Amino acid sequence: MENDVMRASLASAEAAQNNHTPELKMSARDVRVFYGESEALHGVDLDIYANEVLAFIGPSGCGKSTFLRCLNRMNDTIDGCRVTGRIELDGEDIYDRRLDVVLLRARVGMVFQKPNPFPKSIYENIAYGPRLHGLAESRAELDEIVQRSLTRAGLWDEVKDRLDQPGTGLSGGQQQRLCIARAIAVSPEVILMDEPCSALDPIATAKVEQLITELSESYTIVIVTHNMQQAARISKRTAFFHLGNLVEVDETTKIFTTPSDSRTEDYITGRFG
Amino acid sequence: MNNWVLVCVLLVAMGFAYQFGTMRSRSLVDGKARMHSRPVHHGLLVALWCGLPAFTVFLLWSLFEPGILRSAVLNQLPPDMAGLQGHELEVLMRRVQSIASGFGVSDQPAAYELAAAERLRSLQGTGRLAMIASMAVLAVTGLVYALRRLSPALRARNHVEAVFRVLLVVCSTIAILTTIGIVLSMVGEALHFFRFVNPVDFFFGTVWNPRFSTTGAGELGQFGLLPLLWGTVMVSIIALLVAVPVGLMTAVFMAEYAPGWVRALAKPIIEVLAGVPTIVYGFFALVMVGPFFHSAGLAVGLDIRATSALTAGVVMGIMIIPFISSLSDDIITQVPKAMRDGSLGLGATKSETIRKVVLPAALPGIVGAVLLAASRAIGETMIVVLAAGNSPILHANPLEAVSTVTVTIVNQLTGDIDFASPQSLVAFALGLTLFAITLSLNIVALYIVRKYREQYE
Repeated sequence: MENDVMRASLASAEAAQNNHTPELKMSARDVRVFYGESEALHGVDLDIYANEVLAFIGPSGCGKSTFLRCLNRMNDTIDGCRVTGRIELDGEDIYDRRLDVVLLRARVGMVFQKPNPFPKSIYENIAYGPRLHGLAESRAELDEIVQRSLTRAGLWDEVKDRLDQPGTGLSGGQQQRLCIARAIAVSPEVILMDEPCSALDPIATAKVEQLITELSESYTIVIVTHNMQQAARISKRTAFFHLGNLVEVDETTKIFTTPSDSRTEDYITGRFG
Repeated sequence: MNNWVLVCVLLVAMGFAYQFGTMRSRSLVDGKARMHSRPVHHGLLVALWCGLPAFTVFLLWSLFEPGILRSAVLNQLPPDMAGLQGHELEVLMRRVQSIASGFGVSDQPAAYELAAAERLRSLQGTGRLAMIASMAVLAVTGLVYALRRLSPALRARNHVEAVFRVLLVVCSTIAILTTIGIVLSMVGEALHFFRFVNPVDFFFGTVWNPRFSTTGAGELGQFGLLPLLWGTVMVSIIALLVAVPVGLMTAVFMAEYAPGWVRALAKPIIEVLAGVPTIVYGFFALVMVGPFFHSAGLAVGLDIRATSALTAGVVMGIMIIPFISSLSDDIITQVPKAMRDGSLGLGATKSETIRKVVLPAALPGIVGAVLLAASRAIGETMIVVLAAGNSPILHANPLEAVSTVTVTIVNQLTGDIDFASPQSLVAFALGLTLFAITLSLNIVALYIVRKYREQYE
């Protein structure tokens, strides 16, 4: 019976997303990541299409977060971490020396596992990115960006009367939506989400999931999740990682019903991980 | 018997009591009843019962015995001697005590003195015996009582816990009482000072000219605090102007940019700065920095005195750099990586992240560090004694000599002093003022740190 529920949610997720023609947004070729001498990711090839929700699943330590963090070069901030291979965003190599990593991260935003609002007011949290990149000419414009971002994140009605209160005073789920609002305030093209719901309760999780589905109309979303039902509910395609390898990537429906690799089947049926 | 020997004997007795307790406790185990506490706790409880009451008697006795003996001796002095007051009475008691202890006095003691000494000696002897006897009785009673109480159900563990809690409370009370004692003694002497000088003249006076105590009370000097306070404030501000930027940037470099080995090497070296004796900073200022400022000033046509607020302030600033850099470094390092990631993930550069996210998040701690350094600067003495020029005149020119509160305390309390004159007593009023300032700085620092910490978590 649970299988039926899953299938039903798969069908609806597919229905919501299959009216886009796939357009290549990012592509990775033979991406390897080394922490010091040890290789954490053994040559990943993956294409990401515009306006899709792509989920990464796999057991802990399989390299899915590591790969995600390659996509906006957040791995650069880790000492001793080295990335080889080629990752393109709209046909440009993002590891090219001439590319400014700061601009890359403005185009490829990120939402983290634990909500991490800055110890500033709600308004300042959202205005932070637009100010950095000079997206607003005037205070009125900035106000508008803040309102638009919060509205898109479904948070406006809850916080509009207390924009000057600290963002750290919100509940966990609100904080995570604040972080999503903060990410979309700089108008990124791709949003990377690293287990965004793992610290949230089921109700907050449902809200964030709904938000992700809505956001996929305008953004490309790559999401790492430990929750396979979540992957099934919100993603169009799913990639399964195991021991630093990308085992297979396919339509979510296919991964969860007729996976082509036995390891994938073992994982989704709960035989390991 | 010497007091130390007595205490040692008591400790040995407690050791034995512990052994008895554990042995008795083990013999209880044979039964089927489940023991509430382990033999260790039973042993400790027995030892405490044996030692604590006896020790309390010892303490109280040592505290009150001299007073009781004294009044006993006074009572049997001849009537004409009983009317003695203050100083003369003290002299008499000293003489009696010297005779009683067998040390003797230089001249021939009077008959009533010998009688008093004899009485004192016999009282001391019996008192001693009585004390040892009561201690022994208490120790044995405590031991027997505790041993009898031992049973599987006895909550010895909790009892021992309670005793140790009391012990901890007593120890922390000692620290607190000491602080209160220092403050009270300063308040007392300062009030004494204010009998000579009107507090308004002291706190708001703009002239500092205490004269010498030998010139007599008819020509009381002027004790205006403001020139000294201003000197302290000026030197401290200069010190902070040097230390805050340098210290803060050092901290940012150490925490955010320096590779591990540089940090491991540089941090201890910087902290050495805080360990240099301040007198060394003082002559460094006097011999090197002061003349350098003087000649540098001449080169640009400025008249900078070698010993000035500037010299003292700059050197003091160097001294307090490690306070700021080391504390701020720790605080910056503690800002969660998630904050940095959040900012970097939005496309901020490293320095933008530091300026707009890391430093604001660390601000309460940094403010605390700065205030700590400030109270250090305000209380600092040796550097200003040597390098500030000791000129208690109210002016706003940092290139001129100044004097500070601490320097003046040193001046007023060195050389020939008479503790009844306002010239010396003023030191207590100054000390109290200084204490009040640093105390309020610390309170403000704590308040700021608390207030912002709540917001941060």
